[in-house]
Amino acid sequence: MASGFFTDTTLCIGCKACEVACKQWNELPADGYAFTGDSYDNTGALGGTTWRHVAFIESTPDAPGAPPTMNRWVMMSDVCKHCTNAGCMEACPTGAIIRNEFDDVFIQPDVCNGCGYCVPSCPFGVVDLIDHQVIQPRFASDGRTDDNAVQTHGGVAGKCTLCYDRQKVGLVPACAKACPTDSIQFGDVDELKDRARKRVADLQSRGVDASLYGVDEKTSVGDLNAFFLLTGPPAAYNLPERPVLPSTRQPAGYVSAALAVTGLALIGLALFRRESA
Amino acid sequence: MPGLGTSFGRGGATTFVQDLVNSDCILIEGSNFAECHPVAFRFVMEAKERGAKIIHVDPRFTRTSAVADVYAPIRSGSDIVFLGALINWLLENERYFREYVVAFTNASYIVREDFQDTEDLDGMFSGFIDPDDTTADGQDRSKYASFGNDAAKPVPGNYDTSSWQFETDEVPRYDGNGTVKVPKRDDTLQHPRCVINVMRRHFARYTAEMVEEACGTPRETFLEIANLLADNSGRERTTAFAYAVGWTQHTVGVQYIRTASILQLLLGNIGRPGGGIMALRGHANIQGATDIPTLYDSMPGYLPMPSALRNEQTLADYLKSVTKPTGWWANTPKYVVSLLKAYYGDHATKDNDFAFDYLPQISGDHSTLPTQIAMKDGEIKAYFVIGMNPAASGFNAELARAAMDKLEWMVNIDAYETESASFWRREGVDPTTIGTEVFFLPSSTILEKEGTMVNTNRLLQWHDKAVHAPGDTRSDLYLFHQLGLRLKALYADSTDPKDRPIQAMTWDYPHEDPHEHDLGEPSARKVLMEVNGYRVEPGKPGYDCPQVTAFTELADDGSTAAGGWIYSGVYPDKQTNRARNRTGDEWTSLDWGFAWPANRRMLYNRASADPDGKPWSDRKTYMQWDEQQKKWTGPDIPDFPATKSPHEPAKPGASGVDAHSGANPFIMQLDGMGALFVNGALKDGPLPAHYEPMESVVGNPLYGQQSNPTLREWDRDDNPYNGRENPDYPYVLTTYRLTEQSGIMTRYVPWLAELQPSLFAEIDPDLAVEKSIRNGDWVTIATALGQIEARALVSGRMKPLRIGKGKDRRLIHQIGVPYNYGSLGYATGDSIGTLIPLALDPNVSIHEAKTLSCTIRVGRRTSGPNARVDEPVPANQVSDWGASRPHGRDEAPV
Repeated sequence: MASGFFTDTTLCIGCKACEVACKQWNELPADGYAFTGDSYDNTGALGGTTWRHVAFIESTPDAPGAPPTMNRWVMMSDVCKHCTNAGCMEACPTGAIIRNEFDDVFIQPDVCNGCGYCVPSCPFGVVDLIDHQVIQPRFASDGRTDDNAVQTHGGVAGKCTLCYDRQKVGLVPACAKACPTDSIQFGDVDELKDRARKRVADLQSRGVDASLYGVDEKTSVGDLNAFFLLTGPPAAYNLPERPVLPSTRQPAGYVSAALAVTGLALIGLALFRRESA
Repeated sequence: MPGLGTSFGRGGATTFVQDLVNSDCILIEGSNFAECHPVAFRFVMEAKERGAKIIHVDPRFTRTSAVADVYAPIRSGSDIVFLGALINWLLENERYFREYVVAFTNASYIVREDFQDTEDLDGMFSGFIDPDDTTADGQDRSKYASFGNDAAKPVPGNYDTSSWQFETDEVPRYDGNGTVKVPKRDDTLQHPRCVINVMRRHFARYTAEMVEEACGTPRETFLEIANLLADNSGRERTTAFAYAVGWTQHTVGVQYIRTASILQLLLGNIGRPGGGIMALRGHANIQGATDIPTLYDSMPGYLPMPSALRNEQTLADYLKSVTKPTGWWANTPKYVVSLLKAYYGDHATKDNDFAFDYLPQISGDHSTLPTQIAMKDGEIKAYFVIGMNPAASGFNAELARAAMDKLEWMVNIDAYETESASFWRREGVDPTTIGTEVFFLPSSTILEKEGTMVNTNRLLQWHDKAVHAPGDTRSDLYLFHQLGLRLKALYADSTDPKDRPIQAMTWDYPHEDPHEHDLGEPSARKVLMEVNGYRVEPGKPGYDCPQVTAFTELADDGSTAAGGWIYSGVYPDKQTNRARNRTGDEWTSLDWGFAWPANRRMLYNRASADPDGKPWSDRKTYMQWDEQQKKWTGPDIPDFPATKSPHEPAKPGASGVDAHSGANPFIMQLDGMGALFVNGALKDGPLPAHYEPMESVVGNPLYGQQSNPTLREWDRDDNPYNGRENPDYPYVLTTYRLTEQSGIMTRYVPWLAELQPSLFAEIDPDLAVEKSIRNGDWVTIATALGQIEARALVSGRMKPLRIGKGKDRRLIHQIGVPYNYGSLGYATGDSIGTLIPLALDPNVSIHEAKTLSCTIRVGRRTSGPNARVDEPVPANQVSDWGASRPHGRDEAPV
């Protein structure tokens, strides 16, 4: 059985309970306390220590006097997609990234050597390295941050494990458990896809421009175990229109490299000949 | 609380959040439901999935607006115009639920001829006594002016409500012994002075055009909402309203709720599935904190505190003053005597009036904010701050901090070091100049102690202790119990009569668990058992006496004791704690926790059936009369005498609910009817009228009277007001809370702090351009009271509104600032409370924090929050114990 997430953005209210539940269960530190000014999003993006991230997409009409009734504010809880063909897994030289018994893409922290090859190999920009020294802030008696409290499990790549440890004992991943509106649904991927297709049909019948992202799209990454229901173009959600597995670019890369080598060799040869002539 | 209480009988949400899934339409106003109650909001989302229309009316486009079907912008502080216009539209277009209205409300009652409306008096009702007329009732009561109608007679600055009454008919008593007066009715609704026609006239100028002019809400949006409400109400369909502190925190807050109550009665949505008014509480256990109150003027179970200003100096006089002749409150003596028995045990006997003398009597407005002023004036020596943080979330917060400088000592009980515990080292203050001794006692969090929590559904849910608290941290219950024990020890040998209450107080709650017992922890179970009530067996502690199973078993002869009658039934025997029940189902879930009263989930549910006891429609079936079994049946506990036939006639002159007929669903009311017109119980009017906020940027578009004439204010140097239409403060300021933060509890949690790490101000792009503010810049926001700094969040979600009419029509900018911040923790920022002057609603002393006026500029603030409140105010501004004064009549501006 493959397990995964169906994240229905039409049900998301942007409460960020998923982000907090994820960090709490996985004992991930806060990333800092910087105000971004980017709507209600102050954690920015998925990263080594942020495995769920709620994006806030505001679209408000610019025209002067445009009624606020035309506003749209969409929230989406982003997460590792657990691709069928995972770029990070292909790039991993140590075999640290595996597909586990739940068919999810999993980084074994004790095998990972922190080389970072997986980071640019993810078509979605999900994986990141956890710093060697992650400051886990704790409050000292005066209410200020105690910077001496250092968490030591840095130096490896980090991303959503689909709560592997919870799944092992039959628990629902922390984010799905915490979601108050069932925007994040966890379960068998085939069942989730059935449910999602029905949901799309239902929403479309109500006039909502709904579509699935990561299902039946025949991209090189294949279907996603964590897929999304969107109501706009993927780009609006900071998702690639058609994600590409980096290794699919290899043949073209090899050919162009071979052509370049051949070309250079020919030029060299020609120069050599002229000189010797 | 009195908004719902005077309309329906009880100051609690009329329904439960799980029932919102049955709504066909949900109007959310005065609440940011999705952000502030995200878990309960799942039921709104489910209703939406089932096809319900979700409407959100709010000054800001929030996360609630984002998922609503219809969003209507509104100028903060103008909701009574919007809701009043809905009332007017329903009446004009005859779209109200006529059968429901005639049968279950006081629409047909005839109002007295000498009643004069705001239409007659340009914004005043009849009976106002000018504030300077201190001899109005023949004696000088100016000292108690802040206390309004709670005094025995009307006092200056308040209304004499004798004209806000109904005409009466004399009818024979049910037992033939003479006659009794009952309200005169005209069920044809033709009489010009019947309530519904008085309302027609009162709201006649509350039109869609007025909404556009006063609220800035587009006319089409208003009409769309009006149609949605009317289309989704009636026999076949129901609409629910949801509000929170966005409606309550105004100087006319109670009347906001009244307007909504009138609407829901007109639409026939009270007591019916998918209907009701969902009062969303601002904090966990706020409901519990009014049930078993931390309020100065109320005792457990909504019994009024005895008052020195009324004739309540003996038990008999007190009972005469507070007992209602008809309706459920006719039982008041049983609950009062049982409460005294719970407080004083065997010391409360029939011969000593059940120790009624031991109760303190109130002598003025001792609510939080006047107390704070008195503290600032040096009239208070000591202060207990428990689970509260006035230095950060207080109003005129710098005054709250400066007030603490004047204390001799202060006790702060909290799970975190709060800004209130550390007021003495706040910005701009030299700690060596402050003499206050601060005792900080760490208290355990909810997981570290046992007890109940009462949520917005009036649902008591027990929580067990999961872990021991670290170090010396103890439960609040332990700390209070210890305080009581030590006071008892201190006064044990006293012969002074004033110490008798402490000596006589029952204070015996030994813990069942030996380990907890050794720690000195009292048993929360035994406290709840006492609250539930028991049959008194002299000489035995309460926990050894047999429990009562319902408040109907309580008596006024001293044979029963109950610490909070409304919770009776939660602990019906020694083994059964119903608050611990955890069996849910798809709807009413009667075996999940215990909802007061009597485990009823939906209040006034008799109204779900028509006067004959049949469901209004198949689709909206809830409770109904079963003629075979001769009782009310349905998925809930009937909020009605269980075997009283719908055809039972009223018995004029009988006591209690016997005076009601079988078709009077509002059992707590004198007449069993929903009140469209409230005859005298509220201080600012029998019908809601729109008054501008104290700090408004516009003139009242409806009346010459600008603000609520009965609101309470302090005109002092340390509490300056911007005043009306002050050109120095041209922008509307509104406040709110965020999902990610609550206050001190969340600002110390890294995972929550990183999500909203800094105080910000939401600003519309037009204003940002005008003021050269870029997104992310520091901005300073100021009122006459002080200044704060915040990061600018420029967003098109904020839109300026067009207000006014004709050539006066202009753009009004609204600025939103969240309430959650303070100087401690990881997420820090100035407290918006610093900018909010004290001005109170006359009914419940609630402050006006949701709508203010302000100015804004780019850049950080130049000084501390507010230096001048630290200065003592001139002697002529100091009032007795912080008493406020009534606002009075407004003169038209020149």
